[in-house]
Amino acid sequence: MADFIELAYLVAAVLFIVGLKRLASPATARNGNFLSAVGMLIAIVATLFDRQIVSFQWIVVGGMVGSALGLWMARAVKMTAMPQMVGILNGFGGGASQLVAAAVWHRLSQTGVLLPTDTAVSIYASTLIGGVTFSGSMIAAGKLQEIIPGRPVLFRFQHLLNLILLVAGAGMGAFLLISPGHPGLFIAMNVMALVLGVMLVIPIGGADMPVVICLLNSYSGLAAAMTGFVIANHGLIISGALVGASGIILTQIMCRAMNRSFANVLFGGFGAQVGVAGDHRGLAARGIRETTAEDAALMLGYARSLIVAPGYGLAVAQAQHQVRNLADLLEKRGVTVKYAIHPVAGRMPGHMNVLLAEANVPYTQLYDLDDINPEFERTDVVLVVGANDVVNPAARNSPNSPIYGMPILDVDKARNVIVLKRSMNPGFAGIENELFYNEKTFMLFGDAKKSLTALASEVKEL
Amino acid sequence: MSEGLVILLVIFVLAMFVGFEVITKVPSTLHTPLMSGSNAISGITIIGSMVVAGMGATTLATVFGVIAVAFAMINVVGGYAVTDRMLQMFKRKTEAER
Repeated sequence: MADFIELAYLVAAVLFIVGLKRLASPATARNGNFLSAVGMLIAIVATLFDRQIVSFQWIVVGGMVGSALGLWMARAVKMTAMPQMVGILNGFGGGASQLVAAAVWHRLSQTGVLLPTDTAVSIYASTLIGGVTFSGSMIAAGKLQEIIPGRPVLFRFQHLLNLILLVAGAGMGAFLLISPGHPGLFIAMNVMALVLGVMLVIPIGGADMPVVICLLNSYSGLAAAMTGFVIANHGLIISGALVGASGIILTQIMCRAMNRSFANVLFGGFGAQVGVAGDHRGLAARGIRETTAEDAALMLGYARSLIVAPGYGLAVAQAQHQVRNLADLLEKRGVTVKYAIHPVAGRMPGHMNVLLAEANVPYTQLYDLDDINPEFERTDVVLVVGANDVVNPAARNSPNSPIYGMPILDVDKARNVIVLKRSMNPGFAGIENELFYNEKTFMLFGDAKKSLTALASEVKEL
Repeated sequence: MSEGLVILLVIFVLAMFVGFEVITKVPSTLHTPLMSGSNAISGITIIGSMVVAGMGATTLATVFGVIAVAFAMINVVGGYAVTDRMLQMFKRKTEAER
């Protein structure tokens, strides 16, 4: 029977890998996700045959409650709130790992037998990583939902305190190895892990959340793998490692897209300091050119090519359907419409893609940074919807700027630029955007949803 | 270090490499579903949770186990369901027009 269960886990792991592989194309992705879910079902059913399990009623109760909650969340969540959703789900995974470690520790400590070193080390690792994942994810989700202020929370000796917490947590684990039987110390270690999770996420600003969400995704996988070490289960280790790897890759991609090191994102408190103050006045003196929906519609309606550059503002205004509507009208008039997606536009990797997919924009019209940048020169109009730092030319030409060196969408190379923006407030890092003062740029102020609706009705009139 | 742990480490490291190979091929369009889908996979802790919830050990261990099962199931069911919901929205031009 034990062999049968192990083989079932192997089948599950293979299905996870094949499922992830099928995510390589939108055409096969849905099927891949289904295969992965089948793998999970196989793993769960096989576990029911585990000889260690003597009663099922509690498993059923917990399973039903969790499934119902999970299904409800998945149905109810808005596509604009997807980053929070992923954060919360991550957190629950981490929390489960921490709880399993605590349960195993409690049971073993009651037997009075000295824990084998490898089991003990795994338990402590699972506790620390699981705890950090749980509390860190919940804080990240709170920031994204704006229950907790999104700006970085910084104070003196913050990094020192975090270091102390980490060392203390690890130290407690080490002490428990030599001298177990201190439940108080184990509880303290659990609390320490939770506090550390909070402390690691509060200094990180809203716009850096894509990196944090990726990192926590990786942690939730590593926590699962550590749980695998605790109960010596191959299935858990393989699956956890897969997720750990996925999170690490995405973290790297996000950091590269912001031209910042991983350490800088984690410890930088980016967005807390106001950008280089000196640059602003010169720019402001140049003035901006404001336009009306009528004039902007004229420009759009008679263009041959349009590129839409969406940003977080699109998600905030929930204006994805209005963008699609406007694009449809323009396409009917013979305008070619493409979408330029910056990797860190929005609050999580692929955020814009999901929103536009929801609005039925075909994914073949969405272009990556590298593919779209050469096209701007040949484009009549770029419509910037709620994007700011990812289209700021300062990243190319002002070495003093905090975002200097970050790869951006070269929208300023197009013939005309229309920027939809709520007001002249600078972006998250308080950096002025040269683009807005460019002589080719027209600003259309107001809520993105309203502006797009107005543009659409003006285009109809043409 | 026991032999058992060495084998587990070998599996862990090799699986990480498989993960890197498979995931680097996922296009950026699908990064959000990738996150939520891989997230659901990390709900595999459900296996450990089920064992500790059902082994009839101490009451406290069982309580932890049950909560862990619920947490992991939120992760699993929520993760797969939301990923499916997102993926069914990704359409080609012809499909989108229908």
